[in-house]
Amino acid sequence: MSFVEFENVSLRYSEGGPKAIEDVSLQIEEGEFVAVVGPSGCGKSTLMKLISGLKPPSEGYVYVNGRQVGGPLSIVGMAFQAANLLPWRTTLENVMLPMEIVEPYRGQLRARRKEFEEMAREQLKRVGLGGFEDKYPWELSGGMQQRASICRALIHKPRLLMLDEPFGALDAFTREELWCMLRDLWQQQPFTVILVTHDLREAVFLADTVYVMSKRPGRILVKRQIDLPRPRELEVTYTDAFSAHVHVLREAIGRVRES
Amino acid sequence: MKKLSPKTISRLAPWLLTLFVLVCWEAICRGFSIPTYLMPAPSQIYTTGIELAGPIMEHATHTLLTTLAGFAVAVVVGAVLGMIVGSSPVIYKAVYPMLVGFNSVPKVAFVPVLVVWFGIGTVPAILTAFLISFFPVVVNVAAGLSTLEPELEDVLRSLGASRLDILRKVGLPRSMPFFFASLKVAITLAFVGSVMSETVASNVGVGYLMMSASSSMNMPLVFAGLIVIGIMGVIMYELFARLERRLTGWANRGQNAAH
Repeated sequence: MSFVEFENVSLRYSEGGPKAIEDVSLQIEEGEFVAVVGPSGCGKSTLMKLISGLKPPSEGYVYVNGRQVGGPLSIVGMAFQAANLLPWRTTLENVMLPMEIVEPYRGQLRARRKEFEEMAREQLKRVGLGGFEDKYPWELSGGMQQRASICRALIHKPRLLMLDEPFGALDAFTREELWCMLRDLWQQQPFTVILVTHDLREAVFLADTVYVMSKRPGRILVKRQIDLPRPRELEVTYTDAFSAHVHVLREAIGRVRES
Repeated sequence: MKKLSPKTISRLAPWLLTLFVLVCWEAICRGFSIPTYLMPAPSQIYTTGIELAGPIMEHATHTLLTTLAGFAVAVVVGAVLGMIVGSSPVIYKAVYPMLVGFNSVPKVAFVPVLVVWFGIGTVPAILTAFLISFFPVVVNVAAGLSTLEPELEDVLRSLGASRLDILRKVGLPRSMPFFFASLKVAITLAFVGSVMSETVASNVGVGYLMMSASSSMNMPLVFAGLIVIGIMGVIMYELFARLERRLTGWANRGQNAAH
């Protein structure tokens, strides 16, 4: 069985209400980088809620790590478009937040705080935030806040990282910088990524597999393997192979929007 | 003449305005020869105040202690009730109409009831101060708790955080600025409550002092009482404003953010 598996999953947010997603089946392997693209309101975020156990499916089954999802999973880390850092905590304290909640770290926090803080500093350094540990979120730029938010999502060493349009609010140059940061993180420590995005270039640059979803109720229309060689540099986004992938996806999205 | 810096001006402004009002007041009283038993001039109030400084201070101290006692109860009850109300939408819905209804009842109408229950004196004054000042605390703490960003809640819940965890890590720190803002309002209301009750049913306190002074047409003493209450109110307000700035500076980052 795959690491994440959807079997004919549908979800209604209210009893008898419209379906947010319908009959979704997909398999994600451990260590795979998956991107989900689609028009706004297609239920991409719903996928994340299902995987993280925040919502049970109305029909079908969701399996993560070989077990049916029945509640919140601590092997999952999440980050969203808004960095959602707590303004009364420093960057380091923000990154430490999951350690105060997730077992087994939580129980050991008192005894091993120094060690965990060292891990957090390491992580911050890796995303280019070395020296900013003691700054407050409002002293950071948008891109830096998002880096810290991704650090927070990764600090408890989740096996699955879920990102909901994490770079959507950033300018184009910062966004490309963060693509590379995420690429490097993913290549250094093995984890599975599900990236929800509007940006096709982002999806093709980062992902192994791109899924295109339809308008509500969301269904998976296209599954496309991105076979570009790794490690990928930003240069790759100007190649013909890259453009071809983006083009195909763009056409699929275009059909969805017209239908 | 040297130009005053904007900072000095804004520091002097409240004192200058107070002085200006007093001068106008004095001028009007003298210019129109308004009799003292209708409207005493500030100079007369001052003379009376100095003459009777001993008894005024005694009553004022009593009023201050009464107010602080009522305020303390209001803060504790208000914070606890606010937490209960703010942490559950159902309780919020259930409790709100009753709270609003209760707050709409003029507390002066409640004093006779308290007198029947507890007799004339300090206890009804403390209770009136409490009853009139706990409402803003409840409302603010509840508002602070119920304005949690849904995405942040998702992050925490997906990590397996309990309701209590979310309350401790996010809800309470987030509601602190609201809480301290409400203290400033509550302390001034507490003065209203205690003085009101002293006026109706007590034989100590500034309220009682003013009541007995007005029955002997000693208007300068009545006004001296009013001014003493006003001064106590301003001092307490300023105290809590400072406490607020010190403890929740992160919420007011707009004015002094580092650029």
